[in-house]
Amino acid sequence: MIELTRVSKEYPRRGAALRDISFQVGKGEFAFLTGHSGSGKSTTLRLIHMSEKPSRGRIRVAGYDSERISPREIWKVRRRVGFVFQDFRLLPGRTALENVAFALEVTGTPGKLIVPKAQRLLSQVGLAPKAGALVNELSGGEQQRVAVARALANEPVILLADEPTGNLDERATKGIVDLFFQLNAMGMAVLMATHDLELMRRRSHARVLELDEGRLVFDSANPDDSGPDSPTGRAS
Amino acid sequence: MSYALREALAAFRRAPVLTGLASAMVGMALYVVGLFGLVAYNLQTSLALLEERVEVVAYLRDDVRTEEIELAVAELREIPEVRGVEYVSKDRALEDARAEFPDFQQVFADLEVNPLPASLEVELQAGSRTEENVDRIAQVASAFPFVEEVTYGEEWVDRLFTLRRIGALTALIVGTAFAVVAALIIGTALRIAIFARRDEIYIMRLVGAKDAFVRRPFLLEGALAGLLGGALALALTWLTFRGVDSFLFTIAWIPAAWAGAGVAVAVVFGVAASSLAVRRHLREVT
Ligand SMILES: Nc1ncnc2c1ncn2[C@@H]1O[C@H](COP(=O)(O)OP(=O)(O)OP(=O)(O)O)[C@@H](O)[C@H]1O
Ligand SMILES: [Mg+2]
Repeated sequence: MIELTRVSKEYPRRGAALRDISFQVGKGEFAFLTGHSGSGKSTTLRLIHMSEKPSRGRIRVAGYDSERISPREIWKVRRRVGFVFQDFRLLPGRTALENVAFALEVTGTPGKLIVPKAQRLLSQVGLAPKAGALVNELSGGEQQRVAVARALANEPVILLADEPTGNLDERATKGIVDLFFQLNAMGMAVLMATHDLELMRRRSHARVLELDEGRLVFDSANPDDSGPDSPTGRAS
Repeated sequence: MSYALREALAAFRRAPVLTGLASAMVGMALYVVGLFGLVAYNLQTSLALLEERVEVVAYLRDDVRTEEIELAVAELREIPEVRGVEYVSKDRALEDARAEFPDFQQVFADLEVNPLPASLEVELQAGSRTEENVDRIAQVASAFPFVEEVTYGEEWVDRLFTLRRIGALTALIVGTAFAVVAALIIGTALRIAIFARRDEIYIMRLVGAKDAFVRRPFLLEGALAGLLGGALALALTWLTFRGVDSFLFTIAWIPAAWAGAGVAVAVVFGVAASSLAVRRHLREVT
């Protein structure tokens, strides 16, 4: 599903954000991506979503290869890989339904199917009763559900989430993470960046990948293989 | 209604002043082109009339014999660029002069001998009225021993062609300058439109809309601006035509095909200018 092979990313004048990272996330797997602030979590997710190219190494996602794909084909990756963010990134001034419908419309869903499909997606994330509410009048947890419904619009096989619970209280966090596990149980691979240790501890069966200063320092799938400067505050 | 058309129309409604300004600028630019079209068309019609009159006239000596004339006519007709050769006798020359200058009736009536020479009027084929052809035919005609003099309005020929060249060049330069200004304004309008919709563009890319889909509303907006501008230019050109025609002097309206081509050019131009701008400015929003 997701395969990073010796991936490095450097930003001009900022030095290395990622250094020689390799890991795989399989079909239907759930993985947490953790690490201190600035360790490279968001960068990793952006590279997987092919918003940026790695400086070195190769990334394969849902059958697409970062070395072969042309910029004109990136949309294909985006339809296979949903993405949600800490700050939701919804279109304000529109309803929950309109936000989901927008994603369906701009990716070529036939007109008649848009509204029924948007309604179905909203009920999948438990938000059917709020379909007609303006998103800026929804709670954080509800807004994040709208964002998840939108990410599911094109029936992706992978869901990327960049600190999706960062702006949510404990209850809303639990609701969103439950939703992710529910989607995962239906076969979707999930890669979720977080530094909520408590959360990872409670889901201890999930895979954990830890970054530190752009290096992969721990992978719960091969705990022995971690670097010499082994992790300190990880969940296990 | 398609997403692209809806969004393009929404852009017009959202910023009517700006998009109106863009259209007005396209309109002004094309108005200048339209004026040149009007002038060029009328100039061309007049030039064509003048050109019709480009002919070589060989004046004959009074002692020329009929067989010699027939021979000369036959030889001149052999030249492929020649459409026709007409023999004008001394008597007909006098008649023509009388008809052409009625004020001088008395002068002509008092003449005891006819002072006008007979002549051969050589008319050229429509497409062959060039300086070289006229020169060559004049040489052939003056080679006959019974030809006294050959005239062919050489300065007219030269002036005609120079005038046309200057006209075309001026239209090209001014038209291009205005087109560049119009393109810049379309670019600015679209840059603002793209900026106003940057959140939507971001989401579109995030969820996997195709690039062409993202661009389409802006291209359509450019096409609409071009269409409006073209219509405006056409209206202004027509008003100018009406004004000149009613109050100054009679001129002809440009052919419908020119007007249609002008509007089509406006639309294509709008699409091309927005395509360039969109390519550039979409890179600025991520
Ligand atoms: N577009 C960019 N230009 C320059 N430097 C960048 C860019 N994006 C990230 N970086 C740098 O790369 C490093 C990793 O950043 P990244 O955002 O991936 O960290 P993170 O693990 O997501 O942190 P946080 O937990 O604070 O979100 C940081 O040093 C950051 O300054
Ligand atoms: Mg981050």
